[in-house]
Parts: sequence; C-alpha cells; structure tokens
Amino acid sequence: MSLAKEFSKGIWKENAVFKLLLGMCPVLAVTTSAENGLGMGLATTFVLVYSNIVVALLRKLIPSGVRIPAFIIIIASFVTVVQLCMEAWVYDLYQALGIFIPLIVVNCLILGRAEAFASKNPVVAAAVDGSGMGLGFTLSLFILGAVRELFGSGAILGFSIFGASYQPMLLMILPPGAFITLGLLLAGMNKFEARKS
Amino acid sequence: MLKEMSRLLITLTLIAACAGLILSLVESSTREPIKEQRRLQMLKALSAVLPEFDNSPDSDIVTLENGVDKKGNPVEVTFYRGRKAAQLVGTAFKVVAPDGYSGNIEVMIGVKPDEKLNAVEILAHAETPGLGSKITDAKFKDIFKGKGLDNADWRVKKDGGEFDQITGATISPRAIVGAVKKGLQFYRKNQRKILAEGGQQ
Repeated sequence: MSLAKEFSKGIWKENAVFKLLLGMCPVLAVTTSAENGLGMGLATTFVLVYSNIVVALLRKLIPSGVRIPAFIIIIASFVTVVQLCMEAWVYDLYQALGIFIPLIVVNCLILGRAEAFASKNPVVAAAVDGSGMGLGFTLSLFILGAVRELFGSGAILGFSIFGASYQPMLLMILPPGAFITLGLLLAGMNKFEARKS
Repeated sequence: MLKEMSRLLITLTLIAACAGLILSLVESSTREPIKEQRRLQMLKALSAVLPEFDNSPDSDIVTLENGVDKKGNPVEVTFYRGRKAAQLVGTAFKVVAPDGYSGNIEVMIGVKPDEKLNAVEILAHAETPGLGSKITDAKFKDIFKGKGLDNADWRVKKDGGEFDQITGATISPRAIVGAVKKGLQFYRKNQRKILAEGGQQ
C-alpha cells in the first residue's frame, strides 16, 4: 500500500469516528463547540503520531508478552507531555478540555493504531498512518463541534452566524445533542455511500 | 524460561525509565510557565472583584482557618488584600457553594472596607449549560454589587428574599446567595485579623 493511501484511509475510508466509531467518549463529551473539538483532535493527533513513531521504532525490541503495557507507557508519557504543554501555553483550552486530556490515554484509537499498525510497519509508514488517522479524527470532531455549536449557540468558533435574535437549541450542547448529531451525520454519510455504489 | 522472563522485565524497565526521564525534563521546563499561568488566572479573578488597586494582592495575603471539612482537615481561606496608594480598597476571597445543581460552585468575592460587596466572580462551576450556567452572566453577578449583611435580605426571591433567581434555575442562585452570605459573616467575625497590617507576606 502506498504512503498516500495510508494517509488518506484515515480521513475517509477508515475514519476513526464516522467509520470505525472508535474513541466515542471524547468525541461525544468535548464537542460542545468547534474550538473544543479542534483542540481535542489536535492533542490526540500529536499523541497518535508520536506514539506510532516510537512504537514502530521499538517494534523489534519489545517482546510480544509485554507489548500492551509497553505501548500504554509510551502513550501515557506523550499524553502527559501534551497536558503539561497545554497547561503552560494554552491555558484556556486546557481548562475547557479538563479531564478529557488525561483520558486521551485510554482512547482506544491510539492503542488500536499502535497494536494494529505501528507494531507491524516501518517508522515512516507508522508516522503517515498516525497523521492520517489523527487528521481524520480532528476533522470529525471539528465537524461535530461546529454543528453542535451552530445550533446550540448560533455561532461557529465564536463568530455569530444566525444573529442575536436566534433562540439557541440548548439540547444541542447538552449530552443528548452529541448523540443526535452523530446519529444524523452517520445516517447522512451512509446514504451518500449507498447512492455512490 | 528464566531468560525470557528477564528479557520482559528488562525491556519494560528500560521503557519506563526512558519515559520517566523524558517526563521529568518536560515537567521542569513547563513548571515556570504553568506557575505564571495560574498566577495570571488568579490576578484576573482578583481584578474582576476588587476595586482598582496598584499593589499585587496575590502576595498581600492573610490565611485563616474556617472549620474543618468532612475528613477533619482544616479548611483554609485566603484573603487577598487590594491597596491603592497603600490604602486598603478591598479584600477578595473565595467561597465555595457545595449545594449547587451539579458539584461545587467556586465564587470569588470582593468586599470593600465598609463590608459591602464590590463584585462577585464565578471561578468554577458545572451547572447545566444555558440554565444554571447563567450565573456567569453579568446580569446575575451585578445584583450583588453594593450589597452587605445589613442592607439586603439574603435569600432568592422565591424564598422571600430580594435576590432575583434565574428563570428555570433556582438552585444555583440559591446556592451562591447562601455561600456569599456565609462568606460575609465569616469576614465580619474575623475582620480584625483579616485587615491586620503585615499579615503573612
């Protein structure tokens, strides 16, 4: 498989959120606004790319008996790095994402890529796979967050779209809004795919 | 078997040691910026509730004990004193409303030397977005301006007092009104200690 294909599969064909439905906890919880979705997506992408690279580098040294604990240590270290850096330099986003930053450790997307791809492929392919998957994840979170923010507070990235007279649909930024938006987006994508084939 | 075992142990130990090394490096390089961010955050809250000041209230502090928590540890309240031209213009401190709709509501309040409130600021809350979260609106916070223990009935309107609750959310304002009132009472009781010159710098 070519590198371009490794990259693009994460964005559409094997999109973590819309196709594999992986890592639903942060997907549903933090997408109350486009900005939060984007921040969470980028933080996850950073962890995913670097953990993929390190796992691919060490893949011949790690005995398979301890591979899962080894992967988790690697992932947890990068998550802590992200958390400290965000607290130091993007404090507002750090506060908005709160508990969900440390929870990136248990995002099954990251362990899934380490186990299914990075531990069996060379470094460059693993890095490309991680970037593609991460970008797809970020895009999905951004779209979900943008739709929920648009209807829930009438704005996208804080810019008012519907004007001041718009009565926000509160439900959309409450937890049920996450499920409803995700469900509708999935239905739309399935319809699109079905028509194409 | 033993050889295999030791290989597992050594690999895992090495990985953990490397991770520890990297983390300690990152921690030491982010320690200062994080401290600075927290200080800025605190200063922002203090400037929101205190009248204009020209000292640094986050280092002009007095810490008092206020009862004990559920585990029996003393609860400490820190009073931040704002001064302008060396004259005390206000004291800020944090009160916690434990009876909000979801979780604790942390409120920073600023008290002028005449025991009237200068302003309140919501620091942290987990109230329902769009309902209880309206406690962060200026419209709600402004009700507290100029109120003191003697010139206000410290209850929400629904309970017969004079504080407007928010449409659709009575619990959050009620919790805050109660917590602010308790804070003011504590301030009055300990005023001499709080305003004592020097304090702990």
